[in-house]
Amino acid sequence: MKLLFERSRSGRKQTLIPDCDVTEFGFDSSLLRTNKPNLPELAEVDLDRHYTALSHETFGVNTGFYPLGSCTMKYNPRVNEAMAALPGFTELHPLQPESTVQGALEAIYRTGKLVSEITGMDDITLQPAAGAHGEYTGLMLIRSYHASRGELGQRTKIIVPDSAHGTNPASAVMAGFTVVSVPSNEQGGVDLDALRTAVGPDTAGLMLTNPNTLGLFDPNILEITKIIHDAGGLCYYDGANLNAIMGHVRPGDMGFDCVHVNLHKTFSTPHGGGGPGSGPVGCKAFLAEFLPKPQVKLEDGVYKLFDPAQSMGKVRTFYGNFLVVVRALSYILTLGKEGIPEASAGAVLNANYMMNRLKDYYTVAYPGLCMHEFVLDVGPLKKETGISAMDVAKRMLDFGYHPPTMYFPLIVHEALMIEPTETESRETLDEACDALIQIWHEAHENAEMLHNAPITRTIGRPDDTKAAREPVLRYQF
Amino acid sequence: MGSYIPSTGDERLEMLKAIGLNTVEDLYAAVPESARLKSLNLPEGLSEMEVAACVSALAEKNKVFRSVFRGAGSYRHYIPSIVKTITSKEEFVTAYTPYQAEISQGVLQSIFEYQTEICELTGMDVSNASVYDGGTAAAEAVLMNVDNRRRKTVVISETVNPGVIEVVKTYCGSRNVPVTVVPAKDHVTDLEALKAALTNETASFYFQSPNYFGILEDSEALIAASHEVGAKVAMGVNPISMGLLKTPAEYGADIACGEGQPLGLSTAFGGPYLGFMACTKDMMRKLPGRIVGETTDAQGRRAYVLTLQAREQHIRREKASSNICSNEALCAMTAAVYLAAVGPEGLQKVAKNSAAHAHYLAQKLSEIEGFKLVEDKTFFHEFLMTCPICPYCLNERLAEHGILGGLPVDGGILWCATELNTRSEIDNLVALVAEIVKEEASK
Repeated sequence: MKLLFERSRSGRKQTLIPDCDVTEFGFDSSLLRTNKPNLPELAEVDLDRHYTALSHETFGVNTGFYPLGSCTMKYNPRVNEAMAALPGFTELHPLQPESTVQGALEAIYRTGKLVSEITGMDDITLQPAAGAHGEYTGLMLIRSYHASRGELGQRTKIIVPDSAHGTNPASAVMAGFTVVSVPSNEQGGVDLDALRTAVGPDTAGLMLTNPNTLGLFDPNILEITKIIHDAGGLCYYDGANLNAIMGHVRPGDMGFDCVHVNLHKTFSTPHGGGGPGSGPVGCKAFLAEFLPKPQVKLEDGVYKLFDPAQSMGKVRTFYGNFLVVVRALSYILTLGKEGIPEASAGAVLNANYMMNRLKDYYTVAYPGLCMHEFVLDVGPLKKETGISAMDVAKRMLDFGYHPPTMYFPLIVHEALMIEPTETESRETLDEACDALIQIWHEAHENAEMLHNAPITRTIGRPDDTKAAREPVLRYQF
Repeated sequence: MGSYIPSTGDERLEMLKAIGLNTVEDLYAAVPESARLKSLNLPEGLSEMEVAACVSALAEKNKVFRSVFRGAGSYRHYIPSIVKTITSKEEFVTAYTPYQAEISQGVLQSIFEYQTEICELTGMDVSNASVYDGGTAAAEAVLMNVDNRRRKTVVISETVNPGVIEVVKTYCGSRNVPVTVVPAKDHVTDLEALKAALTNETASFYFQSPNYFGILEDSEALIAASHEVGAKVAMGVNPISMGLLKTPAEYGADIACGEGQPLGLSTAFGGPYLGFMACTKDMMRKLPGRIVGETTDAQGRRAYVLTLQAREQHIRREKASSNICSNEALCAMTAAVYLAAVGPEGLQKVAKNSAAHAHYLAQKLSEIEGFKLVEDKTFFHEFLMTCPICPYCLNERLAEHGILGGLPVDGGILWCATELNTRSEIDNLVALVAEIVKEEASK
């Protein structure tokens, strides 16, 4: 496909801005750029068609089934989009007087209350822009807490299981901690003995996803959080997998002190091809005074911004990805008291249904009941046929599906991580299972074709090594 | 109760049976009994009609100003219709991060185009795919050059947007990187104070031009002073000004970054916005965030992929250059479409008209007694002006006419104008201000 710059023709333009109606200001020539930026010059029709062509080369939840493990690619309801597009939200300046943004502050306040209830937390900030930003903010709560007790110098270590998302250790380092990795036990949970050995007076806290990235709920969770608390550390809940448990069990009731959730996963806001997301951070009351500036409070019927007493400071310039928050509010109001737990149960049911249909063909990494996702181990199939997780995933593209997450979690070497979400019908699940079973047969009968998959897309597998060794990161005119 | 689950209750029972279970509770057998939740304290679910009414009521409680003369980090510009048409295309809206290149060439190519446009705007060699906002862009930028051996400290100018300074302080504080704020003198960075603050331990210096007060800094001198001690310079710019003004690359900066919101994004009560970041080639492997590169497939066809991933958290874990995963992809696409729609001439026109309107506004306001430019310095589209009456009272009165006046700050009011504030709008504002001041004076 041609690039914008290859479609550009000198002199073409759109009439968007009127000529200036006042005297032009003459900047000193020493302040002016030498050449105009080489931006595309296109008629509106060509610009429109260019992006329409690009959209045809893009796969979204609206296009089809997207069982991307750990990403919770559920359907993004249209009413949420309509609400986020209301001028009463989009046209607000962030520095308008508080009296003129009462509805916006109320939206933030109410969404915060609802998410706090779902996570079992007492207070919350909706400012973080993404999950990793939320992790950083949550770890800053832990940091601020230890600092307030004069223990920061001593409590320098964050414990992270080896099955954790890569963002966990990276966030811990950004928050000034060092990382201690603990291994998983044979059931895929945290190895309690290893955890007991790892904790000590240097423990700042634990970061844990539960259910974990293997899709398993750790039955020892109460013991795990107790071990950390007994050592004087705090427990951080990575909400990446919250979609499994909403309304059934809450991080706050499992012993966690703070949590981030992904509105762009669990609360149905769209991913936008990699953002904007939103990663609110909830906490127990004793951590609330450390939350980022500013917070929203309700006083005598009036919503106000305020800075918490011992705030960690600002984590972004204004108040968060506000329009994403509006979408999540619309979603939670829609589902409500019964719909929220039903959504999670639906996600868990769909995952188990798929796993059950596939288990006679593929090796399930950790058999038994799974939560909202499960991991297939393609290792045995690879040994038998030479077909890898990559080959299976790429062949899925030919069947019109987005592939599952590949090669994650790292502790399963040929992992395919499948998360169907609750918004898929049984037929969709059956058809996707049929495709995966057919691929299993193809692995035994026509392995060569699978190595070359996908065969129906406009490109085949790109050369990643070349991209990294000889980086071409912009168009050269 | 609303729901987005397609299957019926009966179908779900059949599915439960298929996996050998009887009830939904059986799915949660692994959860310890004592931790299980009885019920959520949430309101009952609603139909779409009720939700729409409820959320719209919140929107209606807000005041949308017809005319806005306030910037201070968030700017209202004309957004061409094509921008929203394109960025609402559902494939773009509902896709995940493009890990699977074969099914994501559209998104990947759009990011590659965005990166190219940001390089063109700033004059830099390499751009990433975006970070969260202008504040986090500045924070990530100053940390790029910090190391454990020699370059351990960061210097930032007091004339940077105060919100951005605070974000930089948070990010540096957690890494135990000391931050020195160089004081302003006459609302620009004090060069002598900067020279005193810079040491051979300084990793980076961050400043912004136009600065928080709209004034163009002496970028050349600030950058030269920093390079003198071997510190890298990250320069914040308003992307609209890049249609006209000298680029960070022309001034010799090492990193260019800033708030990308003016490029086609609504002010939206502060977000979602867009942090853009670009740097010189030698710093490429220190740049945080996603980066898209060009390559080929086995048949030699051009293809785009996420690349240089050895910097990133999912490969490097605790050794990554940043923890960033989701960024602001759709906002970056918005900026890319905006820039392609206005083109080089259009961007220059937006910049010129904004500057012209701001200068016209300054001139007209200064004809009213008590309104005076605080500094006689070159500004872009914002300026600080004294106000003879209580600035909040003035703004309250203007609000009655649907006008959001400038931002009250220390020393006066920070006014802003863009191409949207036409001459008649400005004349109307100035007449109102004159009238209000007269009335207040006679009270």
